Amino acid sequence: MRKVTFPHMGTSVFIFSDLIRDLGNEPIVPLQPNKKILDLGVRYAPEFACLPFKVLLGSYLEAMERGAEVVVTSGGNGPCRAGHYGEVAQKILDSNGYKIEILVFDSVFRNPFQFIRKLNYLNKAKLSYWSIAQLIRFYWRKLQALDKLERCTHKVRPRALNKGITTKVFKQGIEWIQQSRNLGEIEEAEQQGLLALKNIPQDPDRMIIRIGIVGEIYVLLEPAVNHEIEEILGNLGAEVDRSIYLSGWAHDNTFGHKKDSLHYARPYLGTAIGGHAQEGIGHTIMYAQNGFDGVIQLAPFTCIPEIVVKTIAPRITKDYGIPILTFFLDEQTGRAGMQTRLEAFTDMLKRKKRQPLKVVGGEKYARVFGN
Amino acid sequence: MQGYLGIDVGSVSTNFIVLDDVNNNIKSSLYLRTNGQPIEAIQEGMDVVSNELGNGFKILGAGVTGSGRQLAGAIVGADAIKNEITAHAVAALTMVPDVRTILEIGGQDSKIILLRDGVVTDFAMNSVCAAGTGSFLDQQAARLKTPIEEFGELAIRSQSQVRIAGRCTVFAESDMIHKQQMGYSREDIIWGLCEALVRNYLNNVGKGKEILSTVVFQGGVAANKGIKQAFETVLETKVIVPEYYDVMGAIGAALLAKEEVALTGSTKFKGFDVMQETFLCKSFDCSGCSNNCEIIVISMGKEIVGRWGGRCDKWELS
Repeated sequence: MRKVTFPHMGTSVFIFSDLIRDLGNEPIVPLQPNKKILDLGVRYAPEFACLPFKVLLGSYLEAMERGAEVVVTSGGNGPCRAGHYGEVAQKILDSNGYKIEILVFDSVFRNPFQFIRKLNYLNKAKLSYWSIAQLIRFYWRKLQALDKLERCTHKVRPRALNKGITTKVFKQGIEWIQQSRNLGEIEEAEQQGLLALKNIPQDPDRMIIRIGIVGEIYVLLEPAVNHEIEEILGNLGAEVDRSIYLSGWAHDNTFGHKKDSLHYARPYLGTAIGGHAQEGIGHTIMYAQNGFDGVIQLAPFTCIPEIVVKTIAPRITKDYGIPILTFFLDEQTGRAGMQTRLEAFTDMLKRKKRQPLKVVGGEKYARVFGN
Repeated sequence: MQGYLGIDVGSVSTNFIVLDDVNNNIKSSLYLRTNGQPIEAIQEGMDVVSNELGNGFKILGAGVTGSGRQLAGAIVGADAIKNEITAHAVAALTMVPDVRTILEIGGQDSKIILLRDGVVTDFAMNSVCAAGTGSFLDQQAARLKTPIEEFGELAIRSQSQVRIAGRCTVFAESDMIHKQQMGYSREDIIWGLCEALVRNYLNNVGKGKEILSTVVFQGGVAANKGIKQAFETVLETKVIVPEYYDVMGAIGAALLAKEEVALTGSTKFKGFDVMQETFLCKSFDCSGCSNNCEIIVISMGKEIVGRWGGRCDKWELS
């Protein structure tokens, strides 16, 4: 059987590996990015490439040690260089004598024929298109259920009496979703998971601050790369909302659609410059309007779209009065600096909330440099 | 007599402070070099402080801050383990109640904290670039064979302006050597360096910040009169250096401990006697998952007093 691997993105791993298996391949499940993967990535990647590229390249190399022959990954959108990363990785691996094929899936609408050609290539089990559509629908539903549970953990974690319990219950919920075999069972697993999370003993009187997280998709979705920032914040008493979920669904249903974020971003950034720059700006404003106490921007070091957002951030803070904290993430594994800044940031937001300021103009705002 | 203990374990210095519980008067204050050995520095400092206070003094609570706060917290048994920003802000607010801007430059990092109506509204912290910190001054003082303590005095005696590139320590150093070979006096070069450091700080950490008076300048570098004067020149306002500028973090930690003990009603402080014990710091790689986290274990004699470093809370103990 052909051995296929793919990028590791947060908790979604089992969904993609099951999908690849159902298409008739042997999935080589990528490991959560760790020291070894980072070492491999840094060794072969150009020095100036961003962290997501280094991590992905490293995890392909690690998967190859376990026999991976094909990598399935997604393409990029707009001028962000992440769109070339599939090809760049292929070139680097080729020139170093590695035999691997990188299959980049761009949006089906951009080039439908190529998309179908690649799909056929992966479809070793010779499933009909109807069955593939069914499969995708099934796993998409799992992804939604997963995202729903994760959003619920963000609400529960800051209020839980016991610090570690939320993550434990969440892991249990992931297992339930993984084991469900049809749409009905997914629904059931989702309900069961949500209930289990809601049943965690909580302190209803605790003062909770709300923090929105925006930024580049990979560092946002991969906890191993962002030092589990959501968990740290949760344990510091902050309810977290992430602007990007893999299924996109959960978020769009609460705050409005992507086009709303683009609408709000327009006065600050009128053109798409790649990555999630416009979305980041738009979501920051939407968080401010929805009464959030602060926003954290996560960006890979050297990421141009995010640098642009960071430069615009003080203006948003001035106009909407929402503090923004930026972290540039790179190879460093020390979390002490991040912990200190997050502690200070949440402290600041809590003290501000307790003692609302007499606001004059755009005086109350925060900028923090994450590096 | 009774009071609260505050310790700030920084990368360069470890500071101690004891405040009495009635009016926050400073009973004891100590500034030690960490010398890369925080445990020894903490033990030594505790020893000195305890001798200074004498037998009759009772510690009601202890607070720690600084990059070594977790370690210090485990060793002394701290009630409050807080980040430097909060600690510095609390201390400055107590010493200078109407403060609206805190400039803090320490050995390895520098920060700016803005306060409005006694609440922190904005802060920035820089710890990657060393060009705006005390370590760089230290290094240059050593190169010029001038004791760092005299640096400030020399700077304010400068007669003419020398522009030194302040963007990066490497550029600054080559610029200084260039100016020195051109024949400028040591005073002028040092003054130029102070100005460069201030420029770097304001462009980096202070970028986009609304710096309103009352401005307080604290941290180890505040001892340097040249830097203070350079700040006053650029900001066109008076800059206050509080009496205990170099131990403000520790003062903040002590005040936060007081706050915490008022809430909990008891202290976790282990007493000065534990300082006679031997503390050992070991580490191992956890093999529970693919993260392979490095776990640090602090033990006192046979007892484990602290354990951390993992990404999950499997080993967490502090």
